[in-house]
Amino acid sequence: MYVTDKILPELPAPSNSKGLIHWLKTNLFNGPFNTLFTLLAAYVLYKVIPPAIEWAFIDATWFAETSGECKLENGDRKDGACWAFITNRFDQIMYGFYPEAERWRPNLAGIMLVLLTIPLFFEKTPKKAWLGGFILVIFPFIAFVLIRGGYFGLEAIDTGKWGGLMLTLIISLVGILFALLFGTILALGRRSSMPIVKSLSVVFIEFWRGVPLITVLFMSSVMLPLFLPEGTTFDKLARAMIGIILFQSAYVAEVVRGGLQAIPKGQYEAAAAMGLSYWKSMFLVILPQSMKLVIPGLVNTFIALFKDTTLVLIIGLFDLLAIIENVLGSDNAWLGFHTEGLVFAAFVFWLFCFGLSRYSMALERKLDTGHRN
Amino acid sequence: MSDPRQNNTELPSKPPIWNDPKYRALFFQILLISALAYFFYSIVQNTLDNMNARGVSTGFGFMSEPAGFDILQTLVPFDSTYSFGRSFIVGVLNTLLVTALGILFATLLGFLVGVARLSNNWLVSKIATVYIETFRNIPLLIQIIFWYSLIVGSLPAVRDSFSLFDSFFLNQRGINIPSPQYESGFIYTVIALIIGIIGSFIIKRWARKRQEATGQQFPVLLSVLGLVIFLPVLVYFITGSPITWDVPKLGRFNLQGGATVIPELVGLLIALVIYTAAFIAEIVRSGIKAVSHGQSEAALSVGLTPSQNLKLVVIPQALRVIIPPLTSQYLNLFKNSSLAAAIGYPDLVAVFMGTTLNQTGQAVEIVAVTMGVYLLVSLLISMFMNWYNAKMSLVER
Repeated sequence: MYVTDKILPELPAPSNSKGLIHWLKTNLFNGPFNTLFTLLAAYVLYKVIPPAIEWAFIDATWFAETSGECKLENGDRKDGACWAFITNRFDQIMYGFYPEAERWRPNLAGIMLVLLTIPLFFEKTPKKAWLGGFILVIFPFIAFVLIRGGYFGLEAIDTGKWGGLMLTLIISLVGILFALLFGTILALGRRSSMPIVKSLSVVFIEFWRGVPLITVLFMSSVMLPLFLPEGTTFDKLARAMIGIILFQSAYVAEVVRGGLQAIPKGQYEAAAAMGLSYWKSMFLVILPQSMKLVIPGLVNTFIALFKDTTLVLIIGLFDLLAIIENVLGSDNAWLGFHTEGLVFAAFVFWLFCFGLSRYSMALERKLDTGHRN
Repeated sequence: MSDPRQNNTELPSKPPIWNDPKYRALFFQILLISALAYFFYSIVQNTLDNMNARGVSTGFGFMSEPAGFDILQTLVPFDSTYSFGRSFIVGVLNTLLVTALGILFATLLGFLVGVARLSNNWLVSKIATVYIETFRNIPLLIQIIFWYSLIVGSLPAVRDSFSLFDSFFLNQRGINIPSPQYESGFIYTVIALIIGIIGSFIIKRWARKRQEATGQQFPVLLSVLGLVIFLPVLVYFITGSPITWDVPKLGRFNLQGGATVIPELVGLLIALVIYTAAFIAEIVRSGIKAVSHGQSEAALSVGLTPSQNLKLVVIPQALRVIIPPLTSQYLNLFKNSSLAAAIGYPDLVAVFMGTTLNQTGQAVEIVAVTMGVYLLVSLLISMFMNWYNAKMSLVER
């Protein structure tokens, strides 16, 4: 009989159950079908990725003074992308027709907004509510005075000259700000016990949710001037904004309503039992709790709004896409670089939307405190 | 001894009328109604004044006047002598066409990508993820313009069309496909199809009754497929193949015959399908993941086969989660098809709100009718959705 008195050393796991080979076997080549799919997918990637990288990076022309540098001697286009089209017109893509000497004003407003917003992302910032309130209520006036001008010796700059990424950001930020305000009121109206208030809110919300944004924009650009007394002129940007705000506040209202419904009935009853009036119980008890719940949903609504701002192209405003598509697209010095422009616009929007959606997912995980009833 | 009831004077008196919730509610609602009434009254008054000042007549009289313009793609006969009302119908039909095709292809692609994302094949699931994250984060309008300009700018001219079997041609003027020419005998095939569909419903009800009564199963799927597909095909060949195909032929400069799918439709459709499919894929994924693994384990342990488990346990439960958001994606696709105006596909917005509005100046009527169409379809679909939710929601006993 053989008895050992010492523990045998551990053997490494067999080579087919760990490491690269194992990973490949379980994730890519388990079974004939999966192997087939893997090979097929790899082939498609091989066909798509290298040429795309070659076009976008390796063969690309990054900087050039004239479009001639993106072309061969016989006038045909070079194989690679011509990013010089973007880098050359970068200022216009960012600011539209905003005068060059005054561009420090939107820059300053943007920097202020970023600096004010950053502390909100840290847990320990004191008086966050006041800071948030300042950004929502007072900062818009500061930004308006800065960008529009006409006060304090700043040169007035007509909204017709606003454009590019700046305009896209202004439309979406102002849009979400007002949509948040009206949306919350509408959501409260829809949950109200007063039958007329409730039904009016329902009709309003369902109407705007039922029509496409483009018809709303058409309406606000064609019909709003008819609605006003004769002789009143109305800024084109303001008309578009009204349409976007009406449209978006209906969507915000539904998101906020979801939050209101998620608050247990006991909270409403407790607030009433404390003798709080309707508005006090809403602002001190219900809304603070429900807003926390709906932040991810609001971020998603904001992403949709941000993507929808491109539609102002159709009613003749010069947002990022419209500058690239309509202004630079008909610029004789740089004809024929349409694709580069679209890819760049798509990339900018993708960057914003993807970043925001990741942020909303992270928020959802963080805010999910687990006690829901 | 005093009457104890006299102590009741200490009970709180009725609140003053301005603090009584009932009267306050009434007061605020009356205030709201009158404010709204005044608002609408002044809008209507201003609009009438403005229209008068511009010399535009109100009403729908313009609908019967001749349109005076042509439309790129028409499903019903139309030329410049037809009325504005007819152009409205053409626009609605074009919108419905792109919506129907979009829903069909977006559903197929969306389910495919959604399942691919759940695949245990690492490469396939990563490709699906990248697809979803890329396309749903790029505005639809950019995608529409991109695909359209790709078709018009990069595809070959008609002479050098890509061709498939010498009957499908792809070039910068769109896609040319063979178009069917129906002969008189074709009506029998249609009748056979209708009989097949009615028969399937009868068989399904009968099979269900029999199973409830006796427990015996009947191969319903097989017999329904036989009735709906085999019967019409049989009739089609018995009556001597009454469809001939008008195949496009490549001439010296042009393609002759067949039907043309205009590049505007192709570009719009590609963009709508790719964009919407990214959202549908996420819905499908979350729907399938919502069915807990225990359900499958339970089904297998009571002796159902894997395919029965899928058919009777997993899919019905996943569909309950999938269908409501899926319907709202269909609704989004319908509304998003209005972006067609950007590339000139003649949908309702482009034809009616664009061209007709420019020609007649009847802004109020045209905007109201256009919005009405979208609103009507949206309400119908959400009514269907509510009905479906009520039917499918868990009945707890």
